[in-house]
Order: sequence, then C-alpha cells, then structure tokens
Amino acid sequence: MFLANLAILVLAGFVGFAVISKVPNTLHTPLMSGTNAIHGIVLLGGLVVIGLTASGVLDKVLLVIAIAFGTINVVGGFLVTDRMLGMFKNKPEPSKEEAKND
Amino acid sequence: MTDLVHVLYIIAFGLFIYGLMGLTGPRTAVRGNLIAAVGMAIAIIATLLTPGESNWLLIVLGVVIGVLVGVPAARRVKMTAMPQMVALFNGVGGGAVALIAWVEFRDSHAYTSQPAYVAVTSLFAAIVGSVSFWGSLVAFGKLQEILPGRPISLGKPLQQLVNLALLVVAVVLAVIIGFGADSQLLIIGVLVFAAVLGLLVVLPIGGADMPVVISLLNAFTGLSAAATGLALNNTAMIVAGMIVGASGSILTNLMAKAMNRSIPAIVAGGFGGGSLAADAGGPTDKTVRQTSAADAAIQMAYANQVVIVPGYGMAVAQAQHAVKDMARLLEQRGVEVKYAIHPVAGRMPGHMNVLLAEADVPYEQLKEMDDINGEFARTDVALVIGANDVTNPAARSNPGSPIHGMPILNVDEARSIIVLKRSMNPGFAGIENELYYDSKTSMLFGDAKSSVAQVTEELKIL
Repeated sequence: MFLANLAILVLAGFVGFAVISKVPNTLHTPLMSGTNAIHGIVLLGGLVVIGLTASGVLDKVLLVIAIAFGTINVVGGFLVTDRMLGMFKNKPEPSKEEAKND
Repeated sequence: MTDLVHVLYIIAFGLFIYGLMGLTGPRTAVRGNLIAAVGMAIAIIATLLTPGESNWLLIVLGVVIGVLVGVPAARRVKMTAMPQMVALFNGVGGGAVALIAWVEFRDSHAYTSQPAYVAVTSLFAAIVGSVSFWGSLVAFGKLQEILPGRPISLGKPLQQLVNLALLVVAVVLAVIIGFGADSQLLIIGVLVFAAVLGLLVVLPIGGADMPVVISLLNAFTGLSAAATGLALNNTAMIVAGMIVGASGSILTNLMAKAMNRSIPAIVAGGFGGGSLAADAGGPTDKTVRQTSAADAAIQMAYANQVVIVPGYGMAVAQAQHAVKDMARLLEQRGVEVKYAIHPVAGRMPGHMNVLLAEADVPYEQLKEMDDINGEFARTDVALVIGANDVTNPAARSNPGSPIHGMPILNVDEARSIIVLKRSMNPGFAGIENELYYDSKTSMLFGDAKSSVAQVTEELKIL
C-alpha cells in the first residue's frame, strides 16, 4: 500500500511540475492562491480521523479546530482566487487583448 | 475505503489537475478555479461517504465555524490586503496538518500500532505543518502591519545557528518518538520547536520578499498535506498535496528569480526589505540623464497630454494619492492626463487599478495596454512611476532579451519620458532597461511619493 502511494506521490509531483512550467506572470498570484486552496484538501484528513479513530475530548476538540482550519483554507482560498481573477474582467465587453490572443 | 470513494477521489484529483491547467491561462483561469473547487467538493463528499464515518455533529460544527470565518474574510478583504489573506489561509491549512498529526500520535499510542511509514510521514507533517502555520501568521502580521515590516533579527550568524538548532531539536524529538517513546510531551515538543522555528525564520524577512515567502510556505503546506495523505492512505490528499508542493516550489523559484534573489538568501533573511533600495547597479558605459522636480514640473505643465505609467514602485511608496493630486493640478492647467495600466504592473493582477481607484482616479482615465499603446506617439510626456520591465523596449526589439516577446507599453514612442525611480537597480526581472538610456529619457531619482510631492509643489508655484 505504502509503495503504491509513494508511486502516486512521485507521479503527482511530476504533474505539478509539468502543469506549472508555462504560466504567464500575470497569473502567478492567482495561481499561488489557487494552489493554496487546493491544499485545503487537509480537511479530508480531519474528516477521516474524526470519523474513524478519534476518541477522547481533547482529540475531538483538536479535530474540530483542524476541520474548521481546513474549511477556512478551502472556502477562503477558492473565493479569494475567484475575486482576484475577477479583476481581469472588470470590463463588461470582451477585451481586445483577449481577442488578439486568439 | 470502498470502490465508490476511490472512484470519486480519482475524479476529484482529475478535476484538480484540469482546474490547475485552466489557472495557467488568462481566459480559462476563472473556470479553472471553479473546476478545482468542484473537485474539492467531490473529494469532501466522497470522504463523508466512507463507511464507518461518525461524529457528524462535530464535523458539522467544524465546517460551520470554518465557513463562518472563511467566507466573510474572503469576501470583505480589500484587494490590497490580498497577499496577507492568502498567507492566513495557507497558515490554517498548515495548522490543520499539525493538529491531525498530533491526534494521530495520541490515537495510535505514538504510532506504535501503525507501520513505520505512518510515524515518519506524520512526524514530517507535524514539523512542516507547524512551521507553515506560525510562519504564515508572522507573514500575515507583517503584511497587515500588526508586526513591523522591517526585518527583525538576532544578527545573521547567530540567527542561523538558532534556527538550525531548533530544527535539529524538533527532528531529534521526532526520531525519539519514531523509536517508540510514547510521551505526550515529545509530540508537543516537536510542534513547539517547529513553531518557534517558523516564527524565527519569517520574522527577519522584509516586506518586499514576502510574496516569495508566502509562496514557499504554500509549497510546504502542500508537502505536509501529501505526507498526511501517505499516513492516512488517502490518495486524494497525496495527489492534491504533492501537486501543490511541486507547483508551489516552481512558483517560488520563479518569483525569487524574477526578483533577482535566491531562496536561500531570502530565508537566511535579514536584509530582505533592502533589496529595493540596494546599491546602484553594475558599472555601465551608458549614461543616463538626471532631472530635477522643477524641470519635470515645467515639462509636464506645458504638455498637451501626459500619460502616467504606474508600477510596483508606486505601490511600495503608497504614492497613489500624491499622483492623483499632481494629476489634478495638471488637469487644471488643461493638460490631458491618462494612466497606462500594464496587465503585469505591480505584483498582483489589478494591483494598479485598485490603488488608483482607492485614490479616486476616474475609471475612464485608466487605459489598458492595447488602448493606450497607439497614443504614446502623440503624448508629450510619459511619466513612469516605479514601473520597469513593462516599459523595456528590449521586449520588442532585442530577441536575445529574456523578456523578448512580452507585450509592453510603448513608452519609448512618447516625445519625452520622465522616469521616477529609487535607483538604477534593475527591476523585477533583473534586466537592464534600455529606456533609461534613451536620449528622450530623463530620470528623477528618489522615493516615488516624495518625488511626486515635490513635482506637485513645483507645479503649484509655476
């Protein structure tokens, strides 16, 4: 199981490299923010542990905090990224810049 | 885990990758973000479908708290405060990882009931997550100006020794746990030493290097999420975490390179904030023409059209209000004033628009690159305020230049150019700007805000 997961880990790393190597500068900040939202996946860790193994009050308190943190990371991250990207299209009509790039 | 959960996880991380690909292009970015968000929703639902899932009330409690805090924070934050908000969201992700590692330790009696890899990955996650959480909090505090933005340091060699010692202690404690010592104090020790390390690493880093640091911490949190995924046998976490770890590392490297800095130099810290005001570039045989505030004022006062080209320098100096005041005086004299906004000006898309809007500059005066480029030829004065690479004619003319092909503002077509700049330091991309050596160009050195204020004073007495 561990070795299979390790293989997935390595491949995912290469996917990460490949996807990012071609990004215009303009999108560096939104991309950072978007990847930031994606590591909110830690929320799943909180959900799994609280659902399957947690016992005792301290465990539960810690995990509720972890779930809250993970949720903030996910919702906040995606919303902020969306707002940032919204700055690109503050004009109602499609911009010439985009048309030219076609 | 059932097959259904596995399949949903595969769909989820497929969507993450597809969404990220979308985020790398301007036209697909909004959709890409949405697709990634859908992937996240699927991953969360799949996890809740895991057989044996319980403690629903607590799950709802945690999620509700998270939504109540996260949504308003993301909605209300001003565009100028965006970087610290990203730092904060990154930090809580790291915090979640550290907390999960702690609970794992408690549940598995110091991992003794688990295979060795669980101990290794969990402890790695505990250290990195804790560093990321506290480091991000410091980054947030500095950008929010709760903490002073200038570097706070014990002095360079000492600081690095202390940091190294903290890391060594945290790792040694983790190794002791790995050999089966079951003591609550040990894991708390690991988390605390990593926390102090996170604080001390980020504290000495100055304001200008902050985006790079946030990106680095972002990559760290991704790696720690992947490690947690390994410990919990959760493929969605492994894939998503590792993609963020890899892409975050590249992004960090790109950002650091673009600022002419190396990541070790930034992390070693202590002089980060000074990078903007550093010594005046290397020796050059070309000469630049210097001008005074008075001359610049006269030049603009008798122009028909002035185009202001703002850049990161204006943002750093918080000069937008001063610029607006100057523009108003020029307009009273019948000068037409426009602002040329390059899509990459500043360190954030829309950075300039937001700052100028804050200073109540009318929206119609803000011209996008394609609208203004044709106008430079009939512009008397182009006033470049802390913008550099986006005005470099080498992008058009010199195929050997690293920025060749990047669309730029054709500032060099204006009849005369005044550049406000701190020093002759190369810009974000670390490339010399031929514009400064153009015979039509004159340079006004100094902080953008005070330079503009001086020009304004000169305009008043003209």
